[in-house]
Amino acid sequence: MLYREAGDFKTSYVADNQTFPIKFDRYGYYFILGFAFLVMPFIINDYWANSIVVPFLIYTIAALGLNILIGYCGQLSLGTGAFMACGAYGSYKLMTAFPELNIIFVIIIAGFITAAVGVLFGLPSLRIKGFYLAVATLAAQFFLIWLFTRTAWFYNYSPTGMISAPTRDVFGVAVTGPRASAVSMYMICLCFLVVTAWLARNLTRGSLGRQWMAIRDMDIAAEIIGVNPLMAKLTAFAVSSFFVGISGALLFTVYLGAAEAGEAFGIDKSFLVLFMVIIGGLGSIFGAFAGAFFLIVGPVLLKLLLVNGLGWPTDLAAHLEIMIIGALILVFLIVEPHGIAALWRTIKEKLRLWPFPY
Amino acid sequence: MNGQGDAMRDTAPDEGYVTADGRKIGGVAMEMRNITLRFGGVVAIKDISFDIRWGEIRAIIGPNGAGKSSMLNVISGFYHPQEGDVIFKGYKRPRMRPYQVARMGIARTFQNIALFEGMSVLDNIMTGRLHHMKANLFQQAMWWGRAQREEDANREQVEKIIDFLEIQHIRKTPVARLPYGLKKRVELARALAAEPSILLLDEPMAGMNVEEKEDMSRFILDVNDEFGTTTVLIEHDMGVVMDLSDRVVVMDYGKKIGDGTPDEVRNNEEVIKAYLGVAHE
Repeated sequence: MLYREAGDFKTSYVADNQTFPIKFDRYGYYFILGFAFLVMPFIINDYWANSIVVPFLIYTIAALGLNILIGYCGQLSLGTGAFMACGAYGSYKLMTAFPELNIIFVIIIAGFITAAVGVLFGLPSLRIKGFYLAVATLAAQFFLIWLFTRTAWFYNYSPTGMISAPTRDVFGVAVTGPRASAVSMYMICLCFLVVTAWLARNLTRGSLGRQWMAIRDMDIAAEIIGVNPLMAKLTAFAVSSFFVGISGALLFTVYLGAAEAGEAFGIDKSFLVLFMVIIGGLGSIFGAFAGAFFLIVGPVLLKLLLVNGLGWPTDLAAHLEIMIIGALILVFLIVEPHGIAALWRTIKEKLRLWPFPY
Repeated sequence: MNGQGDAMRDTAPDEGYVTADGRKIGGVAMEMRNITLRFGGVVAIKDISFDIRWGEIRAIIGPNGAGKSSMLNVISGFYHPQEGDVIFKGYKRPRMRPYQVARMGIARTFQNIALFEGMSVLDNIMTGRLHHMKANLFQQAMWWGRAQREEDANREQVEKIIDFLEIQHIRKTPVARLPYGLKKRVELARALAAEPSILLLDEPMAGMNVEEKEDMSRFILDVNDEFGTTTVLIEHDMGVVMDLSDRVVVMDYGKKIGDGTPDEVRNNEEVIKAYLGVAHE
């Protein structure tokens, strides 16, 4: 089957507007979805889940959220770590205050709480832009982390200052706490990722997404066209923080199990997710996946290659791994400044014409 | 508008007239009343009044720096004049943000193209239909019911405009890849997509060759003919202005120095002195 649109006639605007207009892409997408839901649960083990798959799924959600804010709406934010902490502490307070509440609702409500906080810290965006806004969101990062570490109420006055997730289950299967199995952790993260990716795609292809992109590309013209900048920017902050909050809640409840704000959600997390978005590709849903894959799975694969494949000592490999990943980031940004998603787009365009050059 | 009764009207409704070539021009759509706009000590617009009638093509001309674009920015709510009122559809318009003005049915294009470069032609034009789309955040997130219905209904309208302006072949092309002339056309399409009652065009033919100018002139006339869109036009090409417009306002140094049909303006002493060739002393 050739990678081509020809012969695949669209007879309605619904068909023309679909996410994967090319048949090959569509089947590829169904295949990956089928593999993730039907095959992975049977082959996944603790090592794969803990070191690769679950963090990849969780950070992809965060990257999706940040991509909406930076890539689609053009509002630079360095507060991602703090918003993830918001989701984590929100879910912790909800889990301890309402032990009966299903963990799925806990995570979703934590997302909404983070959305509200995000809107609050998004207010400066109405006046300031670009790097100045980044500095303003940096204030959110430091303030929220300070709040979570200094206010004992947030960690239920525990002497260590840590929050730890009690065991909760979905349909009788533990998904958080020490009893949670790799499969259940994987499945809950996968479900959240699929739903958030679907929501992100819907929001970005409709009227709201176009308003965000209009603000990103030329805010003054957008306002004269009829975009309300207040609404567009604040909805972007809300939706973005919602996703980031869900990711933070999942990171804490499912993956880490126990966390301390300054350590687990520091500024390095903000930068990590920012790099994912930039390397993956701004303004692209696929970019969020690619960026998270590159920065989460990349180092692990590299380590496997160096230590298990070439038999190098672990400490040497650990240092080299950092250097190689750093060099790869540079190479990527030089070769394709618009990220892996743009590279992928170019490849697809070439494929559509193959074997002819144009 | 705003629930005000007829007693609150600031202007009396009037009849309009019929042009020489048989087009019917309606009553006053918008009246600029004693507009003065200052930036600090600089007076950009000085006590200017004129009106725009339904269905006409109204040109604003004048040398560089005369205040034409500032006037357009006042109409679209981007600048707020220190003195004077904008009367729209018979009522004094309160101070508004530009997006509120846009929702009242005033669309515009820009002197320097202000398209959204990162979006496709189709998305750019769809953005013009913003205020025809009412689905809320949750409906859009689910892509269900109203959100999808609206998207398709509006897509159909946008396709009509794409057909009308003959840009079918580039509908999915990112705007950044288009040549200048086509960008100007896409910008017109985006403004038209809003189905505006008043269309503001800021130098729609700047930097175009003769052929592109002819195309653009044809589109402006066709739009006016077919949709009856009231058009306000700023343009430097005198031939184009005199051919297209029904009435012309002439500005110089922020003041109005002439107002009338192209023929009247052409023969106006002061206009000739200030603009059409006689050198300043």
